[in-house]
Amino acid sequence: MIAAVVTNSVFGFLRFAVMLAVIEAGTRTVAGYEEPQLATFVWAGQGLIGVVLLWALPELAERIRTGDVIADLLRPIDPVWQLLAADLGRAGYAVLTRFVVPVVVGALVFDLYAPRRPITYALFLCSMLLATIVCFACRYLVNAAAYWLLDVRGPQTAWTLTSGIFGGLYFPVWFFPHAMAIALIVATPFPSVIQIPLDILVERGLPTVQLGLLGVQAGWVVALLALCRWVQWRGERKLVIQGG
Amino acid sequence: MTVIEAHGLRKEFTVRVKSGWLRRRTLRVAAVDGIALTVERGEMVGYIGPNGAGKSTTLKMLTGVLYPTAGQVRVCGLEPVPQRTRLARRIGVVFGQRSQLWWDLPLRDSFALLRHVYAVPATEHAGRLAHCRRLLDLDAFLDVPVRQLSLGQRMRGELTAALLHGPEVLFLDEPTIGLDVVSKQAVRAFLAALGAAGDTTIVLTTHDLADIKRLCRRLIVIDQGRIVHDGSLDELHARYGSRRRLVVDLDEPLAAPLALPGVTVESTQANGRRITYALDGTAAAGDLVSRLAEAAALRDISVLEPDIEDVVARLYARRATP
Repeated sequence: MIAAVVTNSVFGFLRFAVMLAVIEAGTRTVAGYEEPQLATFVWAGQGLIGVVLLWALPELAERIRTGDVIADLLRPIDPVWQLLAADLGRAGYAVLTRFVVPVVVGALVFDLYAPRRPITYALFLCSMLLATIVCFACRYLVNAAAYWLLDVRGPQTAWTLTSGIFGGLYFPVWFFPHAMAIALIVATPFPSVIQIPLDILVERGLPTVQLGLLGVQAGWVVALLALCRWVQWRGERKLVIQGG
Repeated sequence: MTVIEAHGLRKEFTVRVKSGWLRRRTLRVAAVDGIALTVERGEMVGYIGPNGAGKSTTLKMLTGVLYPTAGQVRVCGLEPVPQRTRLARRIGVVFGQRSQLWWDLPLRDSFALLRHVYAVPATEHAGRLAHCRRLLDLDAFLDVPVRQLSLGQRMRGELTAALLHGPEVLFLDEPTIGLDVVSKQAVRAFLAALGAAGDTTIVLTTHDLADIKRLCRRLIVIDQGRIVHDGSLDELHARYGSRRRLVVDLDEPLAAPLALPGVTVESTQANGRRITYALDGTAAAGDLVSRLAEAAALRDISVLEPDIEDVVARLYARRATP
């Protein structure tokens, strides 16, 4: 817990230093972000990693591999909902711990952008909730690959890379060409995890744009959870309880 | 009322066998090969068989975790696989080699969480928990995280966890595996009390035949995916010719050998002063003892019950040499 908060904060300094270098090479803005907006993007992003839990251990995959998943299947609730409920509880705790610390550290050292419209705070909280569910669903799908592969290191690495590059973690997706950024935001789930909540927080665009972004996230929530249910159903048909 | 009903239940697994440098052959292996059984409400059934006979596979199909390859099965009137989550509310399951408790939580918290998972009313939950705490002696370790419990303690916790929602059927897969004598006795006594209450149907797989002797009137023996015996322990003995023995120590050897129907002399030792008789199902030990008492001065007698392990070992061995 403490290690995670310290690591997230240290990497906040590194990431923001890189961003500053990009800014200073040109004007005071980059890809449409002012310097304080970019500071918030980085520091709130460092906190958001812990809330959505971008890099969780593949626990479900391990339970499938060892056969312990049988305990989940014998509960009166579908495994997808069981794990989602547990993950939302975890995320609630992370908001109070892993999100707050990097944001406070960033605010002490840098000039962070504070939202001007009060509604933004509410929209950001909604967006963070949806981001948590999208991230959960993506991780679930990576884990569920174990029903077929048993070893999920491949999908896990693919998820870590793509979510970082196309999700807005390593740099905002607006650093890509404009059309590609829009395509990524609408047609892939990755920006719904990091990029969209942060864009809502730094008020990139009017409230209508913010609402539109929430709509994109909501669409991904529905689509991905449906996919999770379907994959789980297929996985159970395929299931061999390992280890007798 | 019939609680469990299965016909022609079958489960095949695909096994890949190396058959050359880069070649693999795919084999279909039937772990369960056409099982039919019915279990009535309140019955306590022992399900035994050698390793790999298909016991756990059957249990997993009955609980809805594994898809049967063929056959019909109904538990509590539900189809286990399509209605698994509904069925889960009405059954309790303990797999001796797995845990359904939360590794890092104390039992007290696990039980509280299970109340919400199964949506059990608080008073019902409290009543059942109090009952289990008393009978299974849980109080000493209720606040210890599951990861720190001994196997015996954990198993008592698992049993409680499986019963807190008041299941109609309890499936136990080797619940006494790896337990010490005291813990085994605690678990058996608890299950015996539960079975005697008559509300809960219990299906138990085990390798420990003392479990069966103590608990189950009905015994199903499975081998190579097929049922080879379904009946009482006595019927098993009768069918496989196991016999009770009577060992007598006499002051003097018998003047003339005794002739009683169903009784044969198995061995004679100490110049005829110790005789071992074998009694088949029809002979009564009492008749033999009274005849002996008339004929000679008895010093000591002992009756040896037929050993269930012998019968089962013979049963298993029959398959090795068909």
